Amino acid sequence: MASIKTQFEIPGKMKTWSYALIGVGLVALIAGLVIKGFSADEHEQTQFWGTLMYNTIFWTLVCNASMFFICVTTMAMGGWQQSFRRIPEAISTMVPIFGAITFAVLIYVVVGHKHHIYHWLDSEAVANDPILKGKAGFLNPVFFIIWTTLTIGLWSLLGWRMRQLSSEADEAPMDAEKGASFIWRNTIRAALFVVWFALTVGSTIPWLWMMSIDAHWYSTMYSWYTFASSFVSGMSLIALWVIYLKNKGYLELTSQEHLHDIGKFMFAFSIFWTYLWFSQYMLIWYANIPEETVYFKHRVQGPYKGIFFLNLIINFLCPLLILMKRSAKRNYTLITFMAVLIIFGHWIDFYQMVMGSLSKEHVTLGWFDFGILSLFVGMMILGVGKALTKKPLVPKYHPFLKESVIHQV
Amino acid sequence: MAKKKFVVGCFDDEAVLFPAVKKVRTSGYKIHDVYTPFAVHGLDHALGMRETSLHTAGFIYGITGTTTALSCISWIFTLDWPLNIGGKPHFALPAWVPIIFELTVLFAAVGMVLTFCYLCQLAPFVKKHHFHARATDDLFVMVIECTDKTNVDDLKAFLSSNGAVETDVQVAEEGWWLGRYDKDEMMFENKEIVAA
Repeated sequence: MASIKTQFEIPGKMKTWSYALIGVGLVALIAGLVIKGFSADEHEQTQFWGTLMYNTIFWTLVCNASMFFICVTTMAMGGWQQSFRRIPEAISTMVPIFGAITFAVLIYVVVGHKHHIYHWLDSEAVANDPILKGKAGFLNPVFFIIWTTLTIGLWSLLGWRMRQLSSEADEAPMDAEKGASFIWRNTIRAALFVVWFALTVGSTIPWLWMMSIDAHWYSTMYSWYTFASSFVSGMSLIALWVIYLKNKGYLELTSQEHLHDIGKFMFAFSIFWTYLWFSQYMLIWYANIPEETVYFKHRVQGPYKGIFFLNLIINFLCPLLILMKRSAKRNYTLITFMAVLIIFGHWIDFYQMVMGSLSKEHVTLGWFDFGILSLFVGMMILGVGKALTKKPLVPKYHPFLKESVIHQV
Repeated sequence: MAKKKFVVGCFDDEAVLFPAVKKVRTSGYKIHDVYTPFAVHGLDHALGMRETSLHTAGFIYGITGTTTALSCISWIFTLDWPLNIGGKPHFALPAWVPIIFELTVLFAAVGMVLTFCYLCQLAPFVKKHHFHARATDDLFVMVIECTDKTNVDDLKAFLSSNGAVETDVQVAEEGWWLGRYDKDEMMFENKEIVAA
């Protein structure tokens, strides 16, 4: 294995690009803060904080999906992902960073009493509203702050423990006994993460962070829908990094076979996302109860109509028709194109989930949204690039590495 | 019913089978088929078989199911017998999606199973010659079709030198025929069992 390049070095071009993106993002952020954040107009302020919210939440969840991918494949005794597992690991190092930003934004919104965003912050309105009163045990500032702190803290901590254990596979060859104990400890730590993931992304967190913007409305599908959205984008992000590193001449042990399986994840979870989208939509459409249809009214018939259906085309029809063929999933160019498309599509999805509730009359998608997007993309590229340089790209003594090398689809 | 002459070589290890397949093919022999107790990854590739078109057939069946369901249900509910159901529009697409989906799956699944059976010539009473009973147990059975010019003894020696544990010549029907199992020879009574 001596000839394999395992030490990643950040190319100058990547640095330039990420700093440029961050620069553009910072300019947009400052301009947005001056024009919108400090504006006397409540709508402008709401738009400013709403834009920060959906971007921070989206990127945190997408990066966290990488750790979820590592943990579920570990628990399933998967071997095929070992040759590129350092990439999802590197992506998941962004969770503490993006998590801290999300935390700051959300706590500011709650402590700063932004009741135009979270209606349930308005204690007077809650006191006169039987529905909100009934939800007060869940939707109150104290619970929000504690649960958000715990969520982001434990995602970071459990993910860090998982990555730390992975470094043992770089140190020394393992005999059967040591290998078995290594796999067992991996399984335990992965299980802890997955349980916490289920309690947060799988259920409470999307309700708390995003669904509670429509404080009266609820859908039990919402969290799974958000999870599917973030997981399929997370797989696309992994695919993009794998292809990038392949192009730079790294990851010699990773081949089309691995790309094919990542492509299958992108395809399958696009379908899964649509399944949840439809399950949520159809039941509400069929029952036609005003307090439920209120969520879809301005999205399907109002100003968000275009984005709402564009969303379905990008995130369902394109993956379905383009990624269906085996040869498409093994084609680096096509997977790159689809990965970018899927990440963009789900970013738009998060946009309409949050901003669709905050600004019901106007679609506000504009320079500020794309500026903040560029800020996060820049930070992601730089952060993941730096994390990749810190560890060898191949865990060369991992007991399952051979399984990955001979992987065939 | 064309009978043909085949040389049969039995292997007891995948790792021996693959190089043997490669050697037999490069030596110019025509492999009729390789019978294995389980699906062997990459063997179809090693045998140089073309990619199956079963999935293309499946896609076409699926599309057929989609159009059948959509055209049927929209004709029924908008033209033939419009009903007012809960004040919904006659063309109530969301309510039809589950049915359209189910019919797509049904057409694709049933169509592909039948196509698969057709391609493999599997049906009740359709019989094919078994070259070796242990192909269903623990032997990989390679069957090579003989031509007029094939030197059978050379070929058998060639297979043995490439790791075949057992070789044999059979004149057998290459296609299928209709029959009943209880009237044919009892495969399980098969005489010689050669130690592997």
